[in-house]
Amino acid sequence: MKTFIRKFFYGDYGEEKNTASEHNPSRQTINEWPLWEVFIRSKQGLDHKHVGSLHAADATMAMENARDVYTRRNEGISIWIVESKNIHANNPDDADALFDPANDKIYRHPSFYELPDELKHM
Amino acid sequence: MGINLEEQFQQKIDQEIKIEPKDWMPQKYRHTLIRQISQHAHSEVVGMLPEGNWISRAPSLKRKAILLAKIQDEAGHGLYLYSAAETLGISRDEMYEQLHSGKAKYSSIFNYPTLTWADMGAIGWLVDGAAILNQVPLCRTSYGPYARAMIRVCKEESFHQRQGFESLLVLSKGTEDQKRMCQEAINRWWWPCLMMFGPPDDQSPNTIQSMQWKIKRFSNDELRQKFVNMIAEQIKILGMTLPDPDLEWNEETMQYDFGKINWEELKQVIQGNGPCNKERMDARRKAWNDGEWVRDAANAYAAKHSKQL
Repeated sequence: MKTFIRKFFYGDYGEEKNTASEHNPSRQTINEWPLWEVFIRSKQGLDHKHVGSLHAADATMAMENARDVYTRRNEGISIWIVESKNIHANNPDDADALFDPANDKIYRHPSFYELPDELKHM
Repeated sequence: MGINLEEQFQQKIDQEIKIEPKDWMPQKYRHTLIRQISQHAHSEVVGMLPEGNWISRAPSLKRKAILLAKIQDEAGHGLYLYSAAETLGISRDEMYEQLHSGKAKYSSIFNYPTLTWADMGAIGWLVDGAAILNQVPLCRTSYGPYARAMIRVCKEESFHQRQGFESLLVLSKGTEDQKRMCQEAINRWWWPCLMMFGPPDDQSPNTIQSMQWKIKRFSNDELRQKFVNMIAEQIKILGMTLPDPDLEWNEETMQYDFGKINWEELKQVIQGNGPCNKERMDARRKAWNDGEWVRDAANAYAAKHSKQL
């Protein structure tokens, strides 16, 4: 698999045609700070959830900016930041092949099994 | 292959399936969104300037803290929106360049001056009130990252409008001078706020396509009418008046009729001839140029540290 990726955008991690990174190869981004994705745990017991992205020169600055941009109103108690280029995603063109097999295995779902009504607690 | 990509795309839109960054989309959809989202982001950023004028002169510590929080929100809104636009393949620096060169527009309203403290209240109540009417339907816009950014924006915007109204309410119960200041601010901002919704529908060529793509869900005139209906009622609580002799409740349409908008003024402001266009752009360019050494230093520091690791 050949990958030629110049720059990464949130939600755009593949190498397909007509994605954001194919849109305009001549852009000037030489001095731009790298892009980071921000994940926030809103309260104890819940998963970290993607909330958006931001630019920062390094991880320390990304953490400070994430705090200022995404948690001004008690939105979180824990922040993860990941440089966008480190996120890999499936190609949406392959989504059918990738996710379809689950659909024909209906016996994986409890509703597949017909059981007598008098059976309780199951 | 029964149908082409463009038809598939429109089918998704019609079924209210959101479009995500990696999905195929018509080039014109991409470009329309880049233009709209980046202009929206620029408006948030330039929108900090008229209010920044009053941070150091707010009448109390409480009002100063509120104003600072509001302006910080606007910086945040600009950042959410720039990120959403970037998913479409334009870089942050390109967008800044378009703003600073004058190629990209921002909301005409921010080219008006903030002459008295009451303007802070009028901006919160009227300008943010108008913005909210535009923004709430955008939470359901067809492009996923834009819709998600708008949900965050709308959650925060309601405080902006409420603090504005409350601040005017205090003035409206104050001394004669304070009441006059309140009324004059409303007089100054009313017509420019009606212009914020954009040209009338029959002169807004992009509206039909944007509605078909569900980028927009209401036309300029629909939203403007909604705004007039809303404000004409709210102002009664302030005991103030709107500067429009033709404003009148219409029993037949069950809406407020209102006077003619000076579209020539909007045209002039958009073309760069508003009272503060030059001042705003100078302030933006100065901030960008003065910040260059900070950006470079941060890059150099990050590069040095990544080598040491």
